[in-house]
Amino acid sequence: MIDLIKQPWPWYVAGPLIGLTVPFLLILGNKSFGISNSMRHICAAVLPAKIPFFHYDWKKEQWIFFFIAGIMAGAFMASNYMSNHQPVDLNPKTISDLTALGITNFNGLLPSEIFDMSNILNVRGLIFFILGGFLVGFGTRYAGGCTSGHAIMGLSNLQWPSLVATLAFMAGGFFMTHLIFPFIFKLF
Amino acid sequence: MKHENITVKETAKWEYENIPGNKLPHEFTRYEDFKANFKYIAAGVLFGTVLIKSEVISWFRIQEMFRLQSFHMYGVIGSAVITGIISIQILKKLNVKALNGELISIRPKEFQKGQIIGGFMFGLGWAITGACPGPIYAQIGAGFTTTIITLFSAILGVWIYGRFRHKLPH
Repeated sequence: MIDLIKQPWPWYVAGPLIGLTVPFLLILGNKSFGISNSMRHICAAVLPAKIPFFHYDWKKEQWIFFFIAGIMAGAFMASNYMSNHQPVDLNPKTISDLTALGITNFNGLLPSEIFDMSNILNVRGLIFFILGGFLVGFGTRYAGGCTSGHAIMGLSNLQWPSLVATLAFMAGGFFMTHLIFPFIFKLF
Repeated sequence: MKHENITVKETAKWEYENIPGNKLPHEFTRYEDFKANFKYIAAGVLFGTVLIKSEVISWFRIQEMFRLQSFHMYGVIGSAVITGIISIQILKKLNVKALNGELISIRPKEFQKGQIIGGFMFGLGWAITGACPGPIYAQIGAGFTTTIITLFSAILGVWIYGRFRHKLPH
């Protein structure tokens, strides 16, 4: 049993559990699943700066910050006490593709040669932390939702604009991976 | 609208009514006081645990997905959506009420061009960082300190969007 918990969970266990977050939040307090809005509420709470987009009663949406505290606590517990600390069981083709780009360390959930504090002030940090983060924030807000709000909540509620958004997310990801990554990795 | 005497609140109202998308999801739901929010921590713990255990917050897994070299991510998202569809149908059929007594209601999504343009931009960022907003918080919880910088940059991105959204196509 402990072994089963410590191993990575297969998609058919994880997917339905993520899906159940939708009715769970609806029953707890009529809340629609969606996380990217939290960043808008942070702007509204901290630096609204006379920008109309940030002028609303963010406290009405404060539940999301409790939800996020839970995400962080759950992630902390799962990664420290429920993990067997094995490398991700990747398709060998992915490993060879990424090796060709220059990635050598496949331990952990993120490649340590990129996602390391020593890269904060160089080109890697600029692209992978700053530019990547900016695109995630700007893009999700412009799209009006992220993977949780559109791909899971929106599709669960059969909203066609969410299907458009989800297809756009995928298109962006394919474009970056196949057409831009080869150039980015040449920079190092 | 562009008159100097018009206050932020009035501009906010104008933007709100005239720029599609981005309506606040819980505008018409009941206000819950601070203490009533602690229950959402439980839902977060469940979600955060699954994000780690299924490895969907892994940069490697996201690469595998965008290279079509694994079914894992598609399986997770696909089965999550199917579970969500069935759950919502049941909740609607049975007219289930939330714990606070409200009838369960979900604000519909409004179509606007941002879902294509912004969605594509987010996809670019998703492939670079290996994280969407939920996993950003999970990565931080799991101890990946560089993701804190990603989060700050993402918040800056949201702020810049908010500042210039009236100039963007919607």
